[in-house]
Amino acid sequence: MSHLAKDMTAEVTWKEITPGCNIFEGATASVIETGDWRTMKPIIDMDKCKQCLLCAPVCPDMSIPVVDGKRGEFDYFYCKGCGICANVCPFNAITMVKDEK
Amino acid sequence: MGIRERLSGNEAVAVAMRQINPDVMGAFPITPSTEIPQYFSTYVDNGQVDTEFIAVESEHSAMSTCIGAQAAGCRAVSATSSCGLCYMTEMLYVAASDRLPITLAVSCRALSGPININNDHSDAMGVRDTGWLMLFAETNQEVYDNYLQAMRIGEAVELPIMICQDGFITSHAIENIELVEDDKVKAFVGEYNPKHYLLNKDEPMAVGAYATPTYYMEAKRQQAQAMIDAKDVIRKVGAEFGEMTGRTYGLIEKYMMDDAEEAIVIIGSSAGTAKAAINELRAEGKKVGLIKIRSFRPFPSEDIAEALKNVKAFAVMDKDDSFNAHCGPIYAEVCAALFSNGVVGPKGINYIYGLGGRDVRIESIKTVYAELDKIVETGCTGETYRYLEVRE
Repeated sequence: MSHLAKDMTAEVTWKEITPGCNIFEGATASVIETGDWRTMKPIIDMDKCKQCLLCAPVCPDMSIPVVDGKRGEFDYFYCKGCGICANVCPFNAITMVKDEK
Repeated sequence: MGIRERLSGNEAVAVAMRQINPDVMGAFPITPSTEIPQYFSTYVDNGQVDTEFIAVESEHSAMSTCIGAQAAGCRAVSATSSCGLCYMTEMLYVAASDRLPITLAVSCRALSGPININNDHSDAMGVRDTGWLMLFAETNQEVYDNYLQAMRIGEAVELPIMICQDGFITSHAIENIELVEDDKVKAFVGEYNPKHYLLNKDEPMAVGAYATPTYYMEAKRQQAQAMIDAKDVIRKVGAEFGEMTGRTYGLIEKYMMDDAEEAIVIIGSSAGTAKAAINELRAEGKKVGLIKIRSFRPFPSEDIAEALKNVKAFAVMDKDDSFNAHCGPIYAEVCAALFSNGVVGPKGINYIYGLGGRDVRIESIKTVYAELDKIVETGCTGETYRYLEVRE
């Protein structure tokens, strides 16, 4: 029976879940889906984005990946839809929309 | 052969703790369990144990201390009573859901108000849904024996365990007792080797995680299974203890039940009084018997249904009231056990008795059997929710 955090997904059964939901590894935040409480989600219009990168540092999680000095698409695995990025964008490149599941 | 002694129930627990030599005790005094940390602190001071004795500022902190210590990989113990147990309640849930096999001695006492320091079971019954294993004792010997078995049971299913006795009645009364030799106790209880613990440098871990609705029910279902599994563990440990001492324990004890037509279901020290009443009634030719519940959590549903299925009438004795305008907690669970197991023949009544230290005498129990006689004769239970020997 796996006790790895990556296996504690929404499909894990009561027999497989770790006792007390205890976690037996360090630095497991990156493998845990924390975007599942989202009701609104940000959408980026890359045509409007000037790559000013004001959005990336204000994201409270790690939903705005930056590679070689440029931000990419949102990583919704972590995004909780807080909207700070949309609020801070000077170019209205980020829109908050209802997240349909 | 064991060691003949005479000890109070509190002292018997302290002696058992000395023999086990736990790693940490979180201690805060409250009548009538105060003597347990008091006696034990003497053993600490004398160097008879190397337990870290942590005197805290409240029962909430005493249980928090135990949770931290047990999660770190230690055996942790505490003792409490009454409102002290209430004040621990928040942390009792945490201990159980974090699956930490802490051992807590409870010398049961009434809750306020009116303010009262004497025995009933309202403190223990108030925390019956916290997820702790709960064993109750009739005598000082049973308190001691239950304590020696506690860690074996709790650690096997990764659940905390309460060892309950009746405040003052056994906690302060001195009785003859047979102790197990220190080396045999150590061999029986063994070392604590948790699978996971915070101080393991090779496996970093987090205890007390947040669980969203996606995970919470799975965690709780797994916790429920540990309680179900505990039934067999309690029987096995009780049998092994019997091989060592000659005193074998199960989930319930049956007294004169083989041909009984009327039965009382009871918990704690009053079982002894009831046995004396049964002996007198049996001498008069009455077919009366007793079921004593030793394990209240897990609740021995099948055992009770099996034991009661052939009686004509039974009375469940609750030293606590649920104040639901209906019945006490043990009656509710006994009736649920019967119904779930398809036993619908026996007629049952419930007595709330012995609250706040009200004396329970042989005559008191005899009045209960007299009422059962009437029910068997008339086939009519009448009011099922009754108070025993309350002044009208």
